[in-house]
Amino acid sequence: MEQGVLSIAAFTALMGVLSTLVALPLGIGAAFLLARRSFAGKPVVETLMALPLVLPPVATGFLLLQLLALDSAVGRALDAAGIEVVFTWKAVVLAMAVMNFPLIVLTVRAGFEQVDVRYERVAATLGAGPFRVFLTITLPLAARSIVAAAILGFARALGEFGATIVVAGGIPGQTQTLAVAIFNLTEAGREADANRLLLVSMALAFGAMLLANLIQRRKPVA
Amino acid sequence: MIRLDFAVTLRQGVFTLEVADAASVEVLGVFGPSGSGKTSLLEVIAGLRTPDTGHVRVADRLLLSTEQRVNVPPHHRQVGYVPQDVALFPHLDVRGNLLYGAPSRSRIPLHDSRLPSPDSRHDLEQICTMLEIAHLVDRRVADLSGGERQRVAIGRALMSAPRILLLDEPLTAVDRSRKDRILPYLLRIRRELHVPMVYVTHDWREMHAIADRVLVLEAGRVGEVRSEK
Repeated sequence: MEQGVLSIAAFTALMGVLSTLVALPLGIGAAFLLARRSFAGKPVVETLMALPLVLPPVATGFLLLQLLALDSAVGRALDAAGIEVVFTWKAVVLAMAVMNFPLIVLTVRAGFEQVDVRYERVAATLGAGPFRVFLTITLPLAARSIVAAAILGFARALGEFGATIVVAGGIPGQTQTLAVAIFNLTEAGREADANRLLLVSMALAFGAMLLANLIQRRKPVA
Repeated sequence: MIRLDFAVTLRQGVFTLEVADAASVEVLGVFGPSGSGKTSLLEVIAGLRTPDTGHVRVADRLLLSTEQRVNVPPHHRQVGYVPQDVALFPHLDVRGNLLYGAPSRSRIPLHDSRLPSPDSRHDLEQICTMLEIAHLVDRRVADLSGGERQRVAIGRALMSAPRILLLDEPLTAVDRSRKDRILPYLLRIRRELHVPMVYVTHDWREMHAIADRVLVLEAGRVGEVRSEK
């Protein structure tokens, strides 16, 4: 690891932001369905989505690796399109996104459930179709939860290790994140360097969690 | 005057709402104690609740028919619904609330038939003047008094150019002395805008003052029909 601390931190933060940008819109969609619609097999869908929270991250990574392998349909399609994922930064984003997705869904869903359906119903009688109601009523009233979810997802992504190392490999200068670098350094017995990265990790995580807490605690609009 | 024709059967646990009426009215009063099914009836007309069987026709437009499998979604019904708790949008100011349902070119698809007819196109100024809420437009909803909220909610419904206004106990949230101040606004709407209404209340005084036909609901059924004028 002859990569600077700042460069590792910046790379990790960038990957965290990208993974949140990927997971957030999907998470908002999933959270809305779970909060407002009932459909067949809902408990199963709910459970599947929460699975990465409890599955060993390494197992999730292994699952992703097999999904992207060249002998799988997804892997072949990506290969045909000339897109390389495994052991690249895209794998880092993917692993982080899969891991922070359930956290985002849980947080946003709780936010949607706090939005009183009375407002949505009245908006409908005023001529707003379901999509406009979602954009102009549900989403703004749940804004605080959505911002908190994004920050929590980002913070979660920063610490992601297990899935990342399996699909992205933790290649120094290419796919090495803070968590992976700390692991590599302790393995190599370079504790002083590991400690510096530890401090950076703590500062990032502390800042993100503090922000998320402050946002969620502010007095609600409704 | 508008022709209002409905027949509704709605089972909710042990309670069954079974009401029907067909008449031309300016203001149809629905009178009854709480739990008699008044709000459910309004929600069925607004499209917020689907009955087990029945139909709803406002003027010449069929909004619901379980038999013909017609169920126009609430956002295409052109009903101005003012729920009992008014439900002003807390994240918008008064102006934002008033304009939420206002038809504008950009909001109405070309093929949409709900373009307002000229006499139902009410502008913000006219409605604010009539309800005396012009001085409130830049206020936050949280800063309004009970009576002001009520008037803003009525204004918001009127701004959507409804064919019919559905009012659920519009005066219960305000105390006795204020009631006498809100009722004149409603009478003005009736007189000046000619917007027909379905007016739900459990207060006979209000009913006398505003309705020209009254359905008395008792435990989910029409007990009596009265013509007031």
